[in-house]
Amino acid sequence: MPNSKKTTKTTKAAAKETKAQQTDTALKELESKSKRKNVLMQGNEAVSYGALDAGCNFFAGYPITPSTEIAEILAAELPKRGGVFIQMEDEIASICAITGASLAGAKALTATSGPGFSLMQEGIGFAKITETPCVVVNVQRVGPSTGMPTSPAQGDIMQARWGSHGDAPAIVLYPDSVKECYELTIRAINLSEKYRTCVILLLDEVLGHMRESVRLPDMENVRVINRIKPTVPPHWYKHYDENQKYLSPLASYGEGYRFHVTGLTHDALGFPTNKATEGAEMMERLRKKISYNIRDLVQIESHQLEDAKIALFAAGISARSAKAAVAIARSEGVKVGLLRPLTIWPFPDEAVRKMLQHVETVIVPELNQGQLIHEIKRLTKDKSDSNVIGLQRVNGKMITPNDILRKIKEVM
Amino acid sequence: MANIPQRVVHEYLRHDKKFPHVWCAGCSNGTVLGAIIRGIASLELDRNDIVMVSGIGCSSRMPVYVDFNTLHTLHGRAIAYATGIKLYKPNLKVIVITGDGDCTAIGGNHLIHAARRNIDLSVILINNNIYGMTGGQCSPTTPHEALATTMPYGNIEPDFDICQLAMGAGASHVARTTAFHTQEVQKMVVDSLTHPGFSLIEVMSICPVIFGRLNKKGGPAQMMKDLRDNSIPLTAVDKLPPEKVEGKIIRGTLRKEVQPEYCNVYADLVARVQNMGEDK
Repeated sequence: MPNSKKTTKTTKAAAKETKAQQTDTALKELESKSKRKNVLMQGNEAVSYGALDAGCNFFAGYPITPSTEIAEILAAELPKRGGVFIQMEDEIASICAITGASLAGAKALTATSGPGFSLMQEGIGFAKITETPCVVVNVQRVGPSTGMPTSPAQGDIMQARWGSHGDAPAIVLYPDSVKECYELTIRAINLSEKYRTCVILLLDEVLGHMRESVRLPDMENVRVINRIKPTVPPHWYKHYDENQKYLSPLASYGEGYRFHVTGLTHDALGFPTNKATEGAEMMERLRKKISYNIRDLVQIESHQLEDAKIALFAAGISARSAKAAVAIARSEGVKVGLLRPLTIWPFPDEAVRKMLQHVETVIVPELNQGQLIHEIKRLTKDKSDSNVIGLQRVNGKMITPNDILRKIKEVM
Repeated sequence: MANIPQRVVHEYLRHDKKFPHVWCAGCSNGTVLGAIIRGIASLELDRNDIVMVSGIGCSSRMPVYVDFNTLHTLHGRAIAYATGIKLYKPNLKVIVITGDGDCTAIGGNHLIHAARRNIDLSVILINNNIYGMTGGQCSPTTPHEALATTMPYGNIEPDFDICQLAMGAGASHVARTTAFHTQEVQKMVVDSLTHPGFSLIEVMSICPVIFGRLNKKGGPAQMMKDLRDNSIPLTAVDKLPPEKVEGKIIRGTLRKEVQPEYCNVYADLVARVQNMGEDK
């Protein structure tokens, strides 16, 4: 990415002038599902088209900046495809409605931003404990509270992991480009179906509103995963069957299985339990289905790390600045590389450990007061914490490549 | 009204679920559940097509005991979950079991908006005037001046008239009865399930162990008698002098009118949008 300041400006101007026009072009392009060409589109648009291509047929949401375009596009597109769009009375209702729809068999998604994401936390926990597939897109803005609704921040990284009360593992994906918004939306829906859980897609405000030229894959090249349906007769069906790797079939309401779903700690049939053994079993099941499948879940991008002495660790839009900083530093002969997580939760422990073995210093640029940095420090057992350096900012402005370059020069 | 034998209730219960249930001795939830099941049975609906959704609270424990598609959700959110289910699969009969606190305090927003949309849900609200499960805190329907653990000097707040609230929000079918009048409950459940739109049935119930003890109401049998004596049918209201109506529970169908139902309206929209595409 070139100068980030410039990009933000261009984005805002573009948003005003040609939004409708470009959406139309993008739509026409998408309607011809094969032989798609390059289109200029916004991150939020790419999320919407990714959702549609992954088979999302139910959206319930509530307007909130900077995620609203996703609701607007799906309000127009889902009825055309026989899918359901509903604007609910609040974000709590939205997460509940998509979870209900998913239990009836829908591929369901909602999109929101900070304040709405906070409201959804109880419902996200419910989807996790009941192992109901759904996807929440959180286009992050500056917080806490109302914060700066139209400015970027990466303050929800820990909320995406720990936001709902109680222990429950999380699957959280984090794109850094418009194309990746499309790809990771499909992946989020696929993973939610496969792992029967609420998957979270974190976007940055800048990414949601930034336009890039993207060529979406032709439909025949899009890989879509659907939940496994039970093949057993109803009286043998267990809603939480211990299938291989804890990924068990899922019946829908109205198919003759008549199962029970509760947010209470439950047994394999779904009935509430107070037995310590059954409670422990349920919790282990939730944990293991993620921790036994780390290799399937974790995606990283390793960029020029082979000979690097200094590593940058960044996600989303900060990784774009980081990548530009790597290029500039390299041109000046400084050996810098970048490790970028596409999956931030579960955290890519293995890749970070490997990186830590080879580099002397890690710089963690992030648009918050320090969240990802603690994960890196957690993994620096044999190194001093002073080798892990934060570069943090929460003022509504991005971290630029020059900011990162300056930090690199400081630590050299 | 179809005469449903008592044993039918047994047939609709889940026998793989370990009974006993969670309700206190003397609670009217079981009585109401029996009437709901008889109402459903009299319609001879396929139980695979019935979804029973509830929130949190004493009455919301109901779905786990019955052999339907069942969903026990978050406090206050049953209607929001039910909206998702109904809208995605409109052929399902979606019943919401909820309580006064669940539906009109924490869940009040979902109640009024589902009523406004006129989505075809059958909401059966069992009103015991108190938060029973958490031990007797005041709810939006705790009578003014009644005792609750969080109103130890008597309730200083006025109480909701839930049926008026639902009608004000646009509900197309609203009815009220009591747990004493089980035949009426049964009939209203039938009315509700056959009504094409949002339906709210308020069943005034008793909580002898918590509300009854706090307010010295004299035990389950006495409280049931009170429901009988303190309620009058809607048809009698006009014939009685105002002082005999004052403070009484009015039983009956307060509103029943057919209005455009949300799932149908949405299906029309889909058809319209898809035709627009073809016209091009």
